[in-house]
Amino acid sequence: MNNELSAIEKTVLSDYKYGFVTEIEADEAPPGLNEDTIRFISAKKNEPEWMLEWRLKAYNHWLKMQEPNWANIKYDPINYQSIKYYSAPKQKKKVNSLDEIDPELRKTFEKLGISLDEQKRLSGVAIDAVIDSVSIGTTFKEQLAELDIIFCSISEAIQEHPELVKKYIGSVVPITDNFFSALNAAVFSDGSFCYIPKGVRCPMELSTYFRINAEGTGQFERTLLIADEGSYVSYLEGCTAPIRDENQLHAAVVELIAHENAEIKYSTVQNWYPGDKDGKGGIYNFVTKRGICQGAHSKISWTQVETGSSITWKYPSVILKGDYSVGEFYSVAVTNNHQQADTGTKMMHLGKHTRSRIVSKGISAGVSQNSYRGLVHVGKNAANARNFSQCDSLLLGDKCGAHTFPYIEVKNNSAVVEHEATTSKIGEDQIFYCNQRGIDTETAVALIINGFAKEVMNQLPMEFAVEAQKLLAISLEGSVG
Amino acid sequence: MNNLEYIKERFNQLPVVNEQNGLGVIRQKAFDALNKMGIPTTRHEEWKYTRIGSFFNKEYKYHTAGAFSAADLAPLRLPAYEQANELFYINGHFSPELSVIRSKGLTVQSLQEASKNEYKDIVSKHLGHSSNYLKDGINALSTAFVQDGVFVHIKKGQIIEHPIYIYNITDARQANVLAQPRTLVYVGENAQVKFVETFNTLGTQESFTNRVIEIVVEKDAITEYYKLQTDASHASQVATTHIQQIGKCVTHTVTVSLNEGLVRNNLNIVLDEEYCEAHLYGIYLQQGQSHIDNHTVVDHAKPHCESNELYKGMLDDQSTGVFNGKIFVRQDAQKTNAYQSNKNVLLSENASVNTKPQLEIFADDVKCSHGCTIGRLDEESLFYLRSRGISEATAKSLLLHGFAVDILEQIKLAPIREYVDKLISERLEFDLA
Repeated sequence: MNNELSAIEKTVLSDYKYGFVTEIEADEAPPGLNEDTIRFISAKKNEPEWMLEWRLKAYNHWLKMQEPNWANIKYDPINYQSIKYYSAPKQKKKVNSLDEIDPELRKTFEKLGISLDEQKRLSGVAIDAVIDSVSIGTTFKEQLAELDIIFCSISEAIQEHPELVKKYIGSVVPITDNFFSALNAAVFSDGSFCYIPKGVRCPMELSTYFRINAEGTGQFERTLLIADEGSYVSYLEGCTAPIRDENQLHAAVVELIAHENAEIKYSTVQNWYPGDKDGKGGIYNFVTKRGICQGAHSKISWTQVETGSSITWKYPSVILKGDYSVGEFYSVAVTNNHQQADTGTKMMHLGKHTRSRIVSKGISAGVSQNSYRGLVHVGKNAANARNFSQCDSLLLGDKCGAHTFPYIEVKNNSAVVEHEATTSKIGEDQIFYCNQRGIDTETAVALIINGFAKEVMNQLPMEFAVEAQKLLAISLEGSVG
Repeated sequence: MNNLEYIKERFNQLPVVNEQNGLGVIRQKAFDALNKMGIPTTRHEEWKYTRIGSFFNKEYKYHTAGAFSAADLAPLRLPAYEQANELFYINGHFSPELSVIRSKGLTVQSLQEASKNEYKDIVSKHLGHSSNYLKDGINALSTAFVQDGVFVHIKKGQIIEHPIYIYNITDARQANVLAQPRTLVYVGENAQVKFVETFNTLGTQESFTNRVIEIVVEKDAITEYYKLQTDASHASQVATTHIQQIGKCVTHTVTVSLNEGLVRNNLNIVLDEEYCEAHLYGIYLQQGQSHIDNHTVVDHAKPHCESNELYKGMLDDQSTGVFNGKIFVRQDAQKTNAYQSNKNVLLSENASVNTKPQLEIFADDVKCSHGCTIGRLDEESLFYLRSRGISEATAKSLLLHGFAVDILEQIKLAPIREYVDKLISERLEFDLA
């Protein structure tokens, strides 16, 4: 038992390997937030008048809002006036091919293991890379364009496809939705935009890679993904940030719209800098993610692997509006050291015969706090709705906490809703069983954790599953026996 | 004048309390808390699904109890009362005249008195402990008027053979009544005791009962507690039962809610010593416009404790059900076993249920689980019965009765179990024969 503990301490200290800083000249707005900042961002992006108005409306609403305090997390108040709301890697002109991207920048992405060139061409993943909230390059654009798929940065979409952006932006997460989404609407600087036309099955994984680089900035990106009737898309996002002593704010908004018979699969591997072992620094990840199953027989599936961030506040949700629509949520949330996670999902059953499935696995180590907070709502007209939720927590060490806050509201008697949750630690008998067969304790623990998270890992696209498993191993290295 | 202002004015009219008796301090503190927090609205997380604000916009009276005849009381009495200790609260005030004490080792006196005599240490230590868990004005309101309360003491090593029946009677024959019965129970070392509590309203005016009972259980004691709620639709209540297990002991509670009005139950169990055991059971069968809200807290403060919770509900017509079960496992409380389950059957299109089984765990070597289900009667089981020539109505009530039996079996007092079974069967129109 003592051995286990010391091993725990040993592995908790494992390093964050994405913590480097890239020396890139950045184009920045001065810190502070007021209408001028918003005008500055909007002007920088050369945005049309309606976009600026929309931002200002959001800003004015945000001023009236209060920061939420109901989540099971603790942090010092954020000074919204000390954050730089715009930071872009300086680039002379718009790039046409990836070869023209600043070599420093390309090196950054290579270090991250995301080569924007040929290598990835082989693996066939289209990537939109976003650094400090500005998209710096999108791969595979031409091939996608042949299928009429639009995949570009959102600023580009505002310029080139204003009708689509205007129609859908804010339709799932309105500017009045919550404090952080209103802030995002006011100051978002970039993000990804994707439109899959009717009946098209996107032939490759689409991916966005987010990176915070500059100091003192906040990252506010906005992703908008529309799957038109009968289409299919699988979308991945990943994120990292350098090691800094300060806490940086990341307040993103993701909106998904699935029309009739469409399917969206959205996977996230979140690995923002979690802070050091004393809880200093790290990213505040306050994200609003929501999808709507607009048409009948549509499906939205969220998969997330949350290993980073000093604080995670994130509830990817699905509004099941279309009849026979399906919502899924698969999550592995790992907290170590002083990390805090309050994450979960919302499934709003509005249409008839709608189904949802929630599988949440929480792993806490060190002195971290890991909470699952979820809502399953079955509306009055959601006849024959079906939900199954499972929330399992694994505790590694005796100073961490695991919490479950499931809200279940049922207003229709034909609904069938089930929820179950367990909390436990790794059994000594399990370890013993492995030891007995010549597997050392550390490997045994890794094995057990992998098994614990497998149900969710299996949902990830293959390209990500490998990375996610490695990540899981790294974040918990040694913290388990 | 609205009720809250009336309450505040009444508090100020009460005789200035003697600071030294301890009660005065507790009361003033609670009154300040009430002023600060007010009556909870649905913005209060713990009151999200239950509205009680409207009860405080009406006019109520405290002292309007008329005279009681034996005939008035007869239909309210529980079965086998001849063999029980009986405590009567009329409009929240203890009535020594009506009450009957049969057992030795059982002392019942006013809290006012107990706060000055040999029990004063117990009173000052444990009275108002529930306010640590209930941060809202409604609990503070009860404590602010605590001087009308009762102290029940069970002597060390005493096995109380006769169950203690507690009758809460609100006499709403002349006016709307606000009743605030308050009780502190101390179960001494190695003692055994069983409580049965009921609520009844006379007359047709409205009544609102804000009742708090705090039970302190010592080492090696066994306490059983049964709460029966069968009050009428014009009677509403917030009923708080706060149990502190301060030695290794066992408690067993069953809450039966067949109310027609609004009921909010707070059941808190604090396992404050190693090797405690707590069993919590509940059944609710709601019809019409009724509303049941069961909030339970099990606080595992010490290691090696075990708690087991099962609540089952059936909701018909436009009734609404709320279940909020919390399990806390503190950092020290290693080797905890905690189980919680909530099962609901919705019987009509307009019934609804909001449930939130919640776990907060700070220790790693624990086994905790919770589960909840919401659904309707199983079609296949119904078909099985129908295909054997049983009418639809009978088949349904048969299945529902079967659903309720799990909880009924937990009522260990035979006369009370039979009585509750009869009440439930009547509601389900289920013929026991």
